[in-house]
Amino acid sequence: MTTAAIEVEKLHVGYGSVAVLHGIDLAVAPGEFVAILGSSGCGKTTLLRTIAGFQKASAGAIRLSGRDVANLPPEKRNIAMVFQSYALWPHMTVLGNVGYGLRLRGVPRAEARRRVSDLLKLLNLSGLEDRKVTNLSGGQRQRVALGRALAIDPQLLLLDEPLSNLDAKVRVQLRSEIKALQSRLGFTAIHVTHDREEAMTMADRIVVMDAGRIAQAGAPKEVYDRPNSPFVASFMGADNTIDLEVAPAVSGVAIRAGTEPPIAWSGQAPFGRVTAYFRDDVAKLDHPGARVPGAIVLPGRIAQRAYPGGHYRYGVAIGERHFTVTDDRYLDLDTPVGLRLPLAQLHLFPSAKEEGGSYGSI
Amino acid sequence: MIRTLPATLVKALALALFAFLLFGPLANLVLWSVAERWYAPFKLPVTYGLRYWEVVFRPTGDAMSSLATSVAIAGLTVLVALLVSVPAGYALARLKLPARTLIMIMFLLPQAFPSVAIYINVARIFYQFGLAGTVTGVVLVHAAHGLVYSVWIAAAAFAAVDRDLELAARNMGASPLRTFATITLPLAAPGIMASAIFVFLESLDEFTGTFFVGVPQVTTLPLLLYSASMGGNYQIASITALILLVPSVLFMMVIERFLRADVLSKVGQ
Repeated sequence: MTTAAIEVEKLHVGYGSVAVLHGIDLAVAPGEFVAILGSSGCGKTTLLRTIAGFQKASAGAIRLSGRDVANLPPEKRNIAMVFQSYALWPHMTVLGNVGYGLRLRGVPRAEARRRVSDLLKLLNLSGLEDRKVTNLSGGQRQRVALGRALAIDPQLLLLDEPLSNLDAKVRVQLRSEIKALQSRLGFTAIHVTHDREEAMTMADRIVVMDAGRIAQAGAPKEVYDRPNSPFVASFMGADNTIDLEVAPAVSGVAIRAGTEPPIAWSGQAPFGRVTAYFRDDVAKLDHPGARVPGAIVLPGRIAQRAYPGGHYRYGVAIGERHFTVTDDRYLDLDTPVGLRLPLAQLHLFPSAKEEGGSYGSI
Repeated sequence: MIRTLPATLVKALALALFAFLLFGPLANLVLWSVAERWYAPFKLPVTYGLRYWEVVFRPTGDAMSSLATSVAIAGLTVLVALLVSVPAGYALARLKLPARTLIMIMFLLPQAFPSVAIYINVARIFYQFGLAGTVTGVVLVHAAHGLVYSVWIAAAAFAAVDRDLELAARNMGASPLRTFATITLPLAAPGIMASAIFVFLESLDEFTGTFFVGVPQVTTLPLLLYSASMGGNYQIASITALILLVPSVLFMMVIERFLRADVLSKVGQ
């Protein structure tokens, strides 16, 4: 196996007495694009800044192609970073910004200009060399920041929420541009974001962080389909919950929702009281008393209806709870319906209050 | 329309009063500078002429030599102030200094006490070191006086430079010193420039310190103005005052260009 482009081992970081990262382990293969996903304050930006060398690690190792850089100042690491604020130097032109790293490395002026010009062509910024960066649009600034980072041919590119200050359209466009650039130039990248879709569409692998720890890492589809914890499930969009009871049965398990008769299921689930997490698009409407193999049907009634275009969106009341379902049919308010949830698409976790109880095999 | 008339009248009167307070003394200065003879009971000069302007600007005159001394002292004072305020301002803005406020206040001290009391003691001490009556001594006094502006403004100018801009340079491979020279200093330069202008003008205007430390060997423009008006030569005094006014007016025009709001808002923090 080849050496990882970057390997972070048992990394601990704190500001003063406040610990922010509690032992992060992460390895990124050369040419891999990894997205670190987490809500604000989870430590993802701190992780990035520690890798860049702006923040001191209190313990742990950071290895760049096998070389420990944890105690090196940022200028000795050859890691380039694209800042959330872009951090372009307002007193310089585009050429001055992008060519800064090249000039530092002793590249002659004419050669630097040629290389910057090639890079700008790649970034669709041709001819803007002598423009002041303060006279650029948000999207252009972002590209200049990217160009500046790529100009020094870094071993690793760090992207700190680089798209968060752009409007939606430019953001989507730049996502695919960065991705295309990455597969073309083959650099290794770590991208920090709180935008799930951005992470999923750009990255080969996503790392979900929660409170200074890695909650789950894996391919986007794997993390999306098989979250390993309630936190990851709801972060991936499965933020509806229902309580279920799971009991062992002759073949597989018997699952009971509230006072409904139990459903036999051949899948695997933890025993006892469990909480099921699911996304809106998993739920379907059915008859209130329907019995469908491999799915539970919860009786309820239509409480709300909206027509966003193409289909109807219903708010289904089950007891005190409301769930959102889309359906093609038109249904009157208060119509009794059944909310059908395919068991295979639910993420089942032991309920928090039953922690330490009996677990089935997962 | 009619109801607003009294308000308009009050405004006009207030404006006239303000203009009088502002321009009255100036007009008096200008009148004196061109009055060859003016005595009681006449309300206006008896004879007008540019004779005294000629006296002041005569190359061998006291005025020109003391103007040269003033400008030289002001220039040196700026140099000394910058040598202290650039490193001190950067340290105050960027480093986590334990007694930050105390240090800031220390630079204010020379201005916090009655200046005469301070300068008498300074003159005594300078005398022991042979600094009394020297340009060096006067420059030191002026620099101590100007440091509060120059350090406070420099600290504000450095604090206004976004830290990420420096980190981006380090990230690109620049050493801390190189980062300071290519990023931090150019970005803080307008604020530091403004502080330099401020110190220059303060030095040009300074009287008390120069009087106690410099006299009689060092004669600056304010000292000349003092002796001219003490000697009853109002023409020379007025012309000197007008010359001193020029840099101040220039300053007012440049200051707004150099000192941006984001720097001003950080002064003294």
